[in-house]
Amino acid sequence: MSVHIEKLIRRAPGNPDRLLLDRVSVDIPDGSFVALVGPSGAGKTTLLRSIAGLDPHSSGLLTIDGRDSSELTPRERNVGFVFQNYALFQHMTVAKNISFGLDVLPGRERPSKAEIDGRVKELLELIQLPNLGNAYPQRLSGGQRQRVALARALATNPKHLLLDEPFGALDPVVRRTVREWLRSLHDRLGLTTILVTHDQEEALDVADRLVVMQDGRIVQDADAGELEAHPATPFVMEFLGETLTFQGTVSGGLFLPEISHVVPFPVAIDEDGPAVALIRPHEVRLAADAGGAPVRRIGSRYGLSRLAVDLNGRIVEVLGSSNEQIFPSGAKLHIDAARLFRDGMLLSAKDGRHAAAA
Amino acid sequence: MSAFTRWSLVIATWLIVAVVLILPPLLVLSEALRDGLPTALQSLADPDAISAIRLTVEMTVLSVVINTVFGVLAAWLISKYRFPFRGVLVALIEIPISVSPVVAGLVWLLLFGSQGWWGAALDHYNIHIAFAPAGILLATLFVTFPYVTRTILPLMEQQGRDAEDAATLLGASFWQILWRVTLPDARWALLSGILLTTARAMGEFGAVSVVSGHIPGMTETMPLHIETLYNGYQSVAAFSMAALLAIMAMTTVGFRAFFENRARRATLAGDAGS
Repeated sequence: MSVHIEKLIRRAPGNPDRLLLDRVSVDIPDGSFVALVGPSGAGKTTLLRSIAGLDPHSSGLLTIDGRDSSELTPRERNVGFVFQNYALFQHMTVAKNISFGLDVLPGRERPSKAEIDGRVKELLELIQLPNLGNAYPQRLSGGQRQRVALARALATNPKHLLLDEPFGALDPVVRRTVREWLRSLHDRLGLTTILVTHDQEEALDVADRLVVMQDGRIVQDADAGELEAHPATPFVMEFLGETLTFQGTVSGGLFLPEISHVVPFPVAIDEDGPAVALIRPHEVRLAADAGGAPVRRIGSRYGLSRLAVDLNGRIVEVLGSSNEQIFPSGAKLHIDAARLFRDGMLLSAKDGRHAAAA
Repeated sequence: MSAFTRWSLVIATWLIVAVVLILPPLLVLSEALRDGLPTALQSLADPDAISAIRLTVEMTVLSVVINTVFGVLAAWLISKYRFPFRGVLVALIEIPISVSPVVAGLVWLLLFGSQGWWGAALDHYNIHIAFAPAGILLATLFVTFPYVTRTILPLMEQQGRDAEDAATLLGASFWQILWRVTLPDARWALLSGILLTTARAMGEFGAVSVVSGHIPGMTETMPLHIETLYNGYQSVAAFSMAALLAIMAMTTVGFRAFFENRARRATLAGDAGS
């Protein structure tokens, strides 16, 4: 187990009643690429900083390669950290920034000057900026600074790479390239990477596993497929993408939506009672229904039609294939792909599988 | 704003600057040179004058060194850490700016003078602070304490802790971080603060006047000696010394303006690059 965290608690400085991290437990095995996601204030960065040893925790256990992190010096922790604003040393050249971690090694451990220069050259090539060694950070673009920050973090050959919102300041096209490049770097160097982001798409794109956080707690820790199929709470589902919500009741093996024009569907849930169905816009199926809800085409996305359905005054937007005809006389909605929740928790089918899959 | 108003304001500003700021040093210089340069230089070669110049230089160098070290420490602590009564500390640092230096001088006398709280005890061990260079140093330190801290504090606050955290994670020790990361990044502001301290230390009169006892050749700094000379109707000597002091201070301020300008241009270049 590379990074192992058990019941970690961090109290807000000056306000011990407020928990920045609330009994956080997570395992990050060697070689994995994990994204910590959640809205701002969820505790993602706090957790990342705790792993790096930048912020102390109030209680709980945090081990790195089996050793208690509080006994490790920053160097022994063996982590490379990329800050949100890159935190480059403005008065040093790019080359000096990159070699900093080697330059500050004590005399007998420090490589010779030639070795350091060689390593810098190697890293400059790795980040595809071979000619910028003598430039100052001010002269670089956001994407270049980000890569320099990464090279600086990698110079000492850390095993773990921690990234705090590393793509935040980049424009969308650069973001995508840097993302792919980062993933390939992770695979090539055999790193254990922990990425903090508030952008769920980015996380789904690049990470093997997502740790979804909310109010200092981990809500769910799973891979993208599992999160999509079995979101632990409505929050997880909503956080990971556009969501439509339908209130209703489970009764006698059927989910009965409150709103008209939405078709009841069978569910494998024994306990009757109120429930809420959450579904992605592209999972909704429309069927022609004379006197049903009026449908209007309002645009397109990913080659699909965006359709506005008027459910007695509540407009919901769904995605349908573009060649699907507009329903002139109205339509009804099939939402049997929805996940059902009660009291903020996912309702599981009695056979242990997802309710709607039955 | 009409052209007329604008030009009137510009001219009025320059008039005020000329009368209040430019005229006095020029007059001092012309008074000093009234009997010619040789006479002026001769007056500076007087043993008491040399002693005053030496004492001023010594006190200035010592205060600048001590206040730079503690000023950097204070600014660093205040900007990078949150601790109880931090705001109070920030306010306390500004006391020397708001309190009259004479009051500060009196406080030192009250503590260390022969009639003061600790005077008898110090006398017993033959330690002399009041009416001695040590007292002058204390007074100068007090008066010039805020300058280094106040000039680098805004910059250090703006730096934040990220660069230092980055350096920590890269394995740098406390001193390596201070020398290689924090201070180099703040170097222009620091230099500006040091020069401001220098100018202020050289010219301090009030606090020093109270604690020094005005002993010519012993505890007279340049400003005190100027007063003594002037009161003794040695006006050429007084103005020569005054001119020298003014030139020293203005050179310092000139350096400071030059470096501030460089610092500003460096920042602008940085902004343009981002």
